[in-house]
Amino acid sequence: MSAQATSATAIGARIPRRELRRLLSGQGRYIDDIKLPRMLHACFVRSPHPHARLVSLDVAAARRSPGVAAVFTAAEINPRCEPFVAVALNRPGHRSPPQCLLVAERAVWQGQPVAMILAESRAEAEDAAELVISEWEALPAVGDQLQAIAADAPVIHPELGNNIAFDFSLKSGDPLKAFAEADVVIEEEFRFERQTAMTLETRGIIADFNSGDCSLTVIHAHQSPSQMQEVFSRHLKIPSHKVRVVAPDIGGAFGMKLNVYSDEMATVVASMLLGRPVKFCVDRLESFIADSHARDHLIKCRIAVKATGEITAMEVDDVGAVGAYGMPMRFNVAEGMHVVWLTGSPYAFKNYRARTRSLYVNKNLIGMYRGVGYPIACILAEVLTDLAADALGIDSVEFKRRNYWPKASLPCVTTGGMHLETVSFHECLEKLVRLINYEELRKEQAELRKRGVYRGIGIATFCEPTANGPAAYGPSGAWITSQDGCALRLEPSGAIRCTTSITDQGQGTLTGIAQIVADTVGVSIDQISVTGGDSAAGPHGGGAWASRGTATGGEAALRAGTMLKQNILALASAITQTPTDRLDIVNGEVVNARTGQLVITLAEIGRVGYFRQDTLPPGFDVQLSVTASFVASDKPYYMANGVQASYVEVDCETGFITMLGQWAVDDCGRVINPLLVDEQIRGGIAQGIGAVLFEECVYSEDGNLLNGTMADYLVPMAGEIPDILVEHVETPELSTKLGAKGVGEGGLIGAMGSVWVAVNDALKPLGAKIRHQPFTPERVLDALARARTP
Amino acid sequence: MIEPSSQLSGEEEILIEVTLNGRRLKRRVKARQHLADFLRQEMELTGTHLGCEHGVCGACTVLIDGHTARGCLTLAVQMSGKCVDTVEGLTESGQLAELQEAFITRNAAQCGFCSSGMLLTAYELISSNETLSRGEIRECISGNMCRCTGYHAVVDAIETVMTRRGKHQK
Repeated sequence: MSAQATSATAIGARIPRRELRRLLSGQGRYIDDIKLPRMLHACFVRSPHPHARLVSLDVAAARRSPGVAAVFTAAEINPRCEPFVAVALNRPGHRSPPQCLLVAERAVWQGQPVAMILAESRAEAEDAAELVISEWEALPAVGDQLQAIAADAPVIHPELGNNIAFDFSLKSGDPLKAFAEADVVIEEEFRFERQTAMTLETRGIIADFNSGDCSLTVIHAHQSPSQMQEVFSRHLKIPSHKVRVVAPDIGGAFGMKLNVYSDEMATVVASMLLGRPVKFCVDRLESFIADSHARDHLIKCRIAVKATGEITAMEVDDVGAVGAYGMPMRFNVAEGMHVVWLTGSPYAFKNYRARTRSLYVNKNLIGMYRGVGYPIACILAEVLTDLAADALGIDSVEFKRRNYWPKASLPCVTTGGMHLETVSFHECLEKLVRLINYEELRKEQAELRKRGVYRGIGIATFCEPTANGPAAYGPSGAWITSQDGCALRLEPSGAIRCTTSITDQGQGTLTGIAQIVADTVGVSIDQISVTGGDSAAGPHGGGAWASRGTATGGEAALRAGTMLKQNILALASAITQTPTDRLDIVNGEVVNARTGQLVITLAEIGRVGYFRQDTLPPGFDVQLSVTASFVASDKPYYMANGVQASYVEVDCETGFITMLGQWAVDDCGRVINPLLVDEQIRGGIAQGIGAVLFEECVYSEDGNLLNGTMADYLVPMAGEIPDILVEHVETPELSTKLGAKGVGEGGLIGAMGSVWVAVNDALKPLGAKIRHQPFTPERVLDALARARTP
Repeated sequence: MIEPSSQLSGEEEILIEVTLNGRRLKRRVKARQHLADFLRQEMELTGTHLGCEHGVCGACTVLIDGHTARGCLTLAVQMSGKCVDTVEGLTESGQLAELQEAFITRNAAQCGFCSSGMLLTAYELISSNETLSRGEIRECISGNMCRCTGYHAVVDAIETVMTRRGKHQK
């Protein structure tokens, strides 16, 4: 049963986000805005060394400090939490030793929490933290992947024998033969430095353990309350149904707020030990040191091409430095796996060999962050194909046209094993070429080069696996569901209350869910309220990860909406004695399906359904609350795709790079709300530009973080970002009724690829190339200097 | 009260008299407490956010005597005799209404954490009677970090209000 066209107007409309009026008037309620009675504030003493033995820890003076309620060390905290063993059970050979919450004997990354202060205010907790005296014996630290893999490297976890966390290879076809027979082989080495999500609001948690009924309520700035309900239950030994995790308004997340952090776990343990609510909000220095990091790869990559312009093979050898442990629940294999699976996926070559190694180093853990490996895969293929096209004298756009998977070959499986079905590389590319006026732009670029102005054009094609199915985490043993759910209730007034398992950190997903329910039931969006982010309300579901909210949570909402509509019509039929098939719901009223004439209002349905059931036929079953869940069980993911272009100028005197233009043609399937989707893509693009040009967690060779403030870790401000034009190709996902795919990461993936290619394009006439991200002015000038040195 | 010559620990309390969102009030504040913490913790005006406490991100932007200032780089004790306006007060008075509508229409916010600061910077901008291009608007809001939107919609929203007020030139 589908809503009639007359009422189906919400999906696809540019409807402003409904949460914004609250957020824009200072009425958002973020984690640090919330106070509970008797609440204590936590702060942590952290290891100042990347690798050191804890010789002694004296907390006596801290315990006496004003306002301090307790000081906890490993002795009190660790026994209360089952250690995390971050091993993906479905990845043979993956290894990660058990992790406890606080350092007991040896710290293995700088910033690892050692002691915890609980005080009446955060300021008093910080005062007391300064009184903790810790004595350390520094140990040799492993600073990067090359040190980690060296024969004489210190072994971070002696029980593992070496620093290798994971070593995975795949092969398809006969790459050696293809390389031997190639007309052109291009080989390059790439370096991607560490970066971090740097959400404007730092992480935060309020744990409230009630010893009266042994229940735990956690207000948690987290993307997946259901995941954390399971984590708290299983590791702290509290029955799952007595744990409630509620997400408040969240000031940005980008995957970083999906991870499990030892300081947050310790906060919950402290609440259990003290029987009082405990708040812990990370300060900015801690955020740089202890929020999950991302990337950190050293990669060799090569491509084999025939004189005709046909790609015949690719090879990837990735070495990633994943920090000192696997990330609990999210592991440390995903970035490398995504690189080897995705590299070259838009292109129809047959021969491929790839290897990824994850290595332990004495640094903070690598965790989830927008894109997880996908942008790197995009960059490798786009830089190499651009160079191959040059070598053959073929324009890079024409080169893409020749090598994309032909439309007729779909569905297909790429050499890296990715499933492509409803992708639209050709349509996106042709639309983009028109959008940027490609030929004219090339002419302008050539003219300016004659005048010593070095501009570059970069075009990048990407695949974005979104809305992963259960195979993503289920077999790994992580308690993360790929399912999402939606509960709908017709209120006595005739309005609809919707509870979704999806969480919203600014994407606007909740507004999208309201649009879907509105059209499916046949009511105005104003008649629907949507809440999400409470593990105790509505179905157990995944929340926000892997660009899934609208695709899976939206499909669940559509299915729940269909059920509610059926039940409303059944009740309307019973009340009015009209056959159900003659009724429909349009604009919030039950009408005659043929004439559109009013039959009964939803308010009347609510009145009878809740207060006058006695007037209904005997035995009539009134069900005005329904629940539906959905999981993409038949597919590994819904593959979104797109093409982006960058236009940049490199100042050869200063090494500064200016973004002149950025364009995106994106295919995320059916677009539920273009207003929100466009800004989601633009936001991803801004982070992608930041990643390529500015963002780096700078460590000394021996593992000390050197930039822990926003003044030192640069992210784009408005002046660094150009206007961004976004257009769409809509190729709906076939396996859902909704047809939406995810869109959370594509902006970033494509932008990183196109900026890489554009900057290198600008440097080409100077004989220079840059392969080390971020492209700081210093690295640009070094690249130019290398080009001048024979 | 404290002796001017004494060694300060920061815990000492000092009486201040401030006009906050149009209302005069007297409060004892700790010498070390910055304005944003005072607003958030003592006055429970949580619309002013803290992103870095370092003067970089602009999330804590408030108006002091009508001019934007960083709430994290200003001590509460410095506010004696000053007028402080926050997003709550300017919302209540309706002074931000036009900008708020433009931000909503254009989806110029996602998580909303930067928005209070961004709105106050934009408010100062549109109140200044200057005529600005898009590039100049970008420069003027470059002290307010937004990690979500990509800024395009924020520039659109400010440009919309400026155009409506006839102050915009291409």
